[in-house]
Amino acid sequence: MTALDFLRLDLPALLAAILACGTCGLLGSFLVLRRDSLLGDALSHAVLPGIIAGFALTGARAGLPMLLGALAAALLAVVAISLVRRVARLESGAATGAVFTSFFALGLMLMEATGARSVDLDLDCVLFGQLESVVWLEAQGFGSLLDPTALAALPRQLFLLAAVATVLAGLVALLWRPLHLLCFDPDYAAAIGLPARGLELALNLMVAAAAVAAFEAVGSILVVAMLVCPAAAIRLLTDSYRAQVLGGAALGAALGALGYALAGPLPAAFGQAFSLNAAGVIGTLGGLAVAGAMLLRQLRIAPPKPAVISG
Amino acid sequence: MLGYNTLVVLAGCALLGLACGTVGAFALLRGRALMADAVGHAALPGVVLAAMLVASLGGNPRALPPLLAGAVIAGVLGVLSVQALTRGGRIREDAAIAIVLSSFYALGVALLSHVQTIPQAAQAGLGKFILGQAAAMRAEDALWAGGIAAFSVLLCLILFQRLRAACFDPDHARVMGLSVARTDLALLGLIVIVAVAGLQAVGLVLVVALLILPAATARLLTHRLPVLLLVSASLGALAGALGAAASAFESEWPTGAAVVLAGAIFFTLALLLAPERGLLPEALRRIHRRIAATESHFLRAAWEAQEAAGAGPGTAGDRWTPIAALAAARGWSEAYAARLALWLGLRGLVARAEGEIHLTPRGAAAARRAVRAHRAVELHLLGLGATDIAGADRLADLVEHGLPAEMATRLLAEPSALPQSPHALGPGAFSSQADTLGDSENATRQNFIVRPLRGREADGH
Repeated sequence: MTALDFLRLDLPALLAAILACGTCGLLGSFLVLRRDSLLGDALSHAVLPGIIAGFALTGARAGLPMLLGALAAALLAVVAISLVRRVARLESGAATGAVFTSFFALGLMLMEATGARSVDLDLDCVLFGQLESVVWLEAQGFGSLLDPTALAALPRQLFLLAAVATVLAGLVALLWRPLHLLCFDPDYAAAIGLPARGLELALNLMVAAAAVAAFEAVGSILVVAMLVCPAAAIRLLTDSYRAQVLGGAALGAALGALGYALAGPLPAAFGQAFSLNAAGVIGTLGGLAVAGAMLLRQLRIAPPKPAVISG
Repeated sequence: MLGYNTLVVLAGCALLGLACGTVGAFALLRGRALMADAVGHAALPGVVLAAMLVASLGGNPRALPPLLAGAVIAGVLGVLSVQALTRGGRIREDAAIAIVLSSFYALGVALLSHVQTIPQAAQAGLGKFILGQAAAMRAEDALWAGGIAAFSVLLCLILFQRLRAACFDPDHARVMGLSVARTDLALLGLIVIVAVAGLQAVGLVLVVALLILPAATARLLTHRLPVLLLVSASLGALAGALGAAASAFESEWPTGAAVVLAGAIFFTLALLLAPERGLLPEALRRIHRRIAATESHFLRAAWEAQEAAGAGPGTAGDRWTPIAALAAARGWSEAYAARLALWLGLRGLVARAEGEIHLTPRGAAAARRAVRAHRAVELHLLGLGATDIAGADRLADLVEHGLPAEMATRLLAEPSALPQSPHALGPGAFSSQADTLGDSENATRQNFIVRPLRGREADGH
């Protein structure tokens, strides 16, 4: 493997994996802390019809209409879930399951109906993720990293991922204290006048944005893995809010990098012609991380700590 | 047009939907419906590993039984993993389900990509397990799926009493010596079986919907368990058959999506139209209640105006009342009161002439009922000492409309007579509230002068 191959094939995919998994890991902590993990499952499926509609309306595989369509679909899904919960008096899990599967089925049908499947959006990329297709063929060497024209030809998924990651990280930093309160004491948060429902909505939209940005890279179901697994693993190991949120992001990013490396480049570097779907390996590692954290928690002979969460 | 193969596949899918609807009803009632999501996704690595194993042994990797066996083993492992993860109490069930379904599925995806690189063609047809492809089912596959489905329905019927006890009254079940834990285990087993049976037709991503949607639809329509099971099973069967038919005619359509959309349409219709819980009937009921309340306010105002004008007890009186006076009494705009008068005129409850109204006999009867209900609530509240007179009037305005006639009778000391309004009696005289209207003309007249709330001074002629 040459340096040029690395630049052209592996670097963009590696960056995409790190950005997607880091962003999902960052937001996942809030889902796990709020006992709302299934929302990640729901939103990562429910954005599909929005994405397809974004394609169909603009006829282009551009990032922004896709993102907006996905956010609209996510919003609709959240509203639909609460409506179904109220009217059909279902517990939240069942209501979530009823809504997101319907949305996903609608998305699959729209895909057929609009012809988006054959032309624009590969079904495999929804189901499996296509990290391997994130390539930077314009790279001529390490000098290209400083060359604006070559940089402009970086895959567009990377730009979308980077933009979404930056915005979401900024929002989390901005809403650090309110989100903390929302996770641990929503009633108190509401009592001191925080717009709790607005915050919840913002959180849902942030998850949806992360889901749709990561969608193409790791696929819809592996978005769930990256939302929940790093956060749950960290949840088993710490009681600190800061460690939880930042640790989730770091573990997500690390799993993304490690998973991508294990899926192909690393075996190839040792002369093994062995390649797996990178998103699959990353998700598997996510499950292993939770299992490892579980073991670690059981092995750790520590005095029982008071379950007080400090910022 | 319909060949043997298509017919068998249709029947198989219908049977499958029936089984999913039946098991799903219990799963939903017991709060386990999403376990099917975990099982479905967890089955993928099992299917892929089974195909690899069969292919490496030289067998036919497309044969269904080994694949289903692999799916069952992986599905059970998934269920066990969920239980292991939640044992510490630190990870909630929702997170555990999300972790298991996503990481097992990820393993399946990784294995699938590996299988595709080895040249045994073991991956042939494995993709159909993800989104379902009834069109690719052979009669043999459909027979397997149908057989498993029929088996699980049978099991549900055998375990009916235990499942019902576990769903509705686990404590009672325990007292009766039925082990709820064992029933739960059986339910989880049933979920695994139907989810796996549904893989080929519906696909692992959406198989959970076939358990949730028919059952949730049925719950909107009925409260009774046998009816619920019947409705859920038939809707499941219908959705399965429709989806399979769509896939047979339009083979590019993912069957799973078609099945789930059919189920989602049923559910949406029920959500909108279910007689008791649906959104539309609920809205209609609310509108109807609001109209009825306004009507009775109008009629009562008309009745009280008659009383104030000196009509005898228990009669509607025969005086005409200006609509403007009623509007002033209720605080309505005159135009609004005039519209109400028009509406009540159309309903035959009032007669109208030149800006004045007159209660018809039917209107008088309805007005009397409204007045009785209002005064019954007022007097009851005052008797409790719960509020002052003005407050009693306001509160009664809010609650009187739901009051059945017999309840009003029970609240009143003298059931058949119409009590006089308490407004004129003043504080300290609550003990004589239940007097009949006989000698109260003066009191009532006085009431309309004394009463501060709505300025009924303008009332009367």
